[in-house]
Amino acid sequence: MRKFFLIAAFTALFASPLATPVALAAGDVEHPLEIKWNHGGVFGTFDRAAVQRGLQVYREVCSGCHGLKYIAFRNLLEIGLNEDQAKAIAAEYTMIDGPDNEGEMFERPGKLSDYLPSPFDNEMAARASNNGALPPDLSLMVKARAGAENYLYSLLVGYSDAPDGVTVAEGMNYNPYFPGHQIAMAPPVDDEAVDYIDGTKNSKEQIAKDVVTFLAWAAEPTLEARKRMGVKVVLYLLILTFVLYLVKRKVWADVH
Amino acid sequence: MSGHSSFESNNAIVKWIEYRLPIFSFIHSSAVVYPTPKNLNYWWNMGSLAGVMLVLQIVTGIILAMHYTPHADLAFASTEHIMRDVNYGWLLRYMHANGGSMFFIVVYIHILRGMYYGSYKAPREILWWMGIIIFILMMATAFMGYVLPWGQMSFWGATVITSLFSAVPIVGDSIVTFLWGGYSVDQPTLNRFYSLHYLMPFVIFGVVFVHLWALHHHGSNNPLGIDRKGPQDSIPFHPYYTVKDLYGMGVFGTIFAVVLFFAPNYMGHPDNYIPANPLVTPAHIVPEWYFLPFYAILRAIPDKLFGVVAMFGSLLILFVLPWLDTSKVRSARFRPVYKMLFWAFFIDCLVLGYIGGKPPEGIFIVAGRLATALYFLFFLVLPFIGWFERPKKLPDSISTAVLDSGGGGAPDGAAAKAEDRG
Repeated sequence: MRKFFLIAAFTALFASPLATPVALAAGDVEHPLEIKWNHGGVFGTFDRAAVQRGLQVYREVCSGCHGLKYIAFRNLLEIGLNEDQAKAIAAEYTMIDGPDNEGEMFERPGKLSDYLPSPFDNEMAARASNNGALPPDLSLMVKARAGAENYLYSLLVGYSDAPDGVTVAEGMNYNPYFPGHQIAMAPPVDDEAVDYIDGTKNSKEQIAKDVVTFLAWAAEPTLEARKRMGVKVVLYLLILTFVLYLVKRKVWADVH
Repeated sequence: MSGHSSFESNNAIVKWIEYRLPIFSFIHSSAVVYPTPKNLNYWWNMGSLAGVMLVLQIVTGIILAMHYTPHADLAFASTEHIMRDVNYGWLLRYMHANGGSMFFIVVYIHILRGMYYGSYKAPREILWWMGIIIFILMMATAFMGYVLPWGQMSFWGATVITSLFSAVPIVGDSIVTFLWGGYSVDQPTLNRFYSLHYLMPFVIFGVVFVHLWALHHHGSNNPLGIDRKGPQDSIPFHPYYTVKDLYGMGVFGTIFAVVLFFAPNYMGHPDNYIPANPLVTPAHIVPEWYFLPFYAILRAIPDKLFGVVAMFGSLLILFVLPWLDTSKVRSARFRPVYKMLFWAFFIDCLVLGYIGGKPPEGIFIVAGRLATALYFLFFLVLPFIGWFERPKKLPDSISTAVLDSGGGGAPDGAAAKAEDRG
């Protein structure tokens, strides 16, 4: 057993320095704030109320520029909305469907099976409306940035005035958490940017935390299933391994 | 050394088959009564673990292939489809992606074990070669697999690595065009990488068979590195090593599960969750962690051609290791100088891996060159060590060493008591 811990430790030692190849761009980027997330840790689950508030923030603030193309309205059932609520949200959107029997495209209200429409028809249209910058799709944003949730949160609340001597380019904004410190996105959330349906206090920090929780869910809706299964599998393997250890000892007792 | 078959059965069907195809006696002699040194330690678990990982990768890979679309416009979305809509697709994909990393950890330990205990020495040179071929095939397979999700690192990693071949004099550019199937990494590249990624594991499977064939001819080396003197030095593979391997799989499986379920993206790069974009180059292009030591060697040489030569050379030099090592003693336990050299080499590999993940600037350039020089220096000084090193006295046999050490399975004690030879 002792030897095995040695090997396990060795394996960990071997893997750990190699397994952190993620090079953070530009060495002078501010380290993200450390926030405690409900869905973090071994037993983490998404804070349903926060995810739903985050959906409201996304729809009222982010969706003007950012798409969320891997999320369908049916997925909203997973964050605690009932079918009528999800259908009602879908119906607020107009989708283009077709062609019909005459070969014409037509408009209809959104259905549960539709994916959230992106705000721009194509990249050129998006750049034309945003001073040349392209607002990225947010579906995987939490997984696509080093620092994940903490980075996004810090970015949202971290806008500040440029320090002396730094000239911010035309149409850009200063943000110490962004690589290069100059970001095209204007400060997206402010106090009272959203009036929450559930009456939660709408401070800048609360709004940022809610929308990042929502985006964490959007990036990996299967996170809860993964962690739930993980706890069971690891427990099972620990017991099985212990039993196998006893069997090994018993079988090997007559050797030497 | 596969035991001659002592297989017998009274079952009429088994006897009928056995007479026509001696498969039962084959299994019996190579996995049941197969004589194995009685003193193997846990580092010898890695071989069976690697076999299990290969099978796991093939099984998960075949299922993933049923849901994946190898098209430049659809590959990224189909990967997300697997993650979101396919039943347990997230489990399969994370198992496959992390399984690749775990496979490499196992194989790296397996290779280092072979180096420490001199398992590559006569009569196991071809066994060692087959292992290196498997390792190189694994690297090719993993590289092409990483391209398939068609994220930013997929695309740019593929671009950087395939561009290496342009360093070949005269025909370099033609080779790269041939590999790409065009003038940049694009749809034809993705499509052929998918095809080859599916093929390669089966080629590996074939080489593994030859690897095992060679292994079973002379049997396993052991921590003492001395040949077995008689039946008292061996135990049958079953039940002793079947149960020991199963226990090892339990421990390894638990570590794997912790990574898989609680840190599945730890060994990946966030940029690979950004769809491939030929117009935007990532700030730092880094390959998967298991390539980093070789990536560091590549970048250490300021000349492109010689960088590529050094990188491939760092792998190919392993083929001649059995002849570079001139010592007659296999195990590092009895080789005080080689032992130190081995650990220096091991640390150097870790350093190279660390540097491979860092941007090539400032101190990392100097450190990378130094570490690269040390990597090759290991192989250069190895022949001389064999000449001047005075090995410790080898135990008379595996059984005596095991008995001397009080049965604790740590025969170092036997070595410590022995006087130096000479």
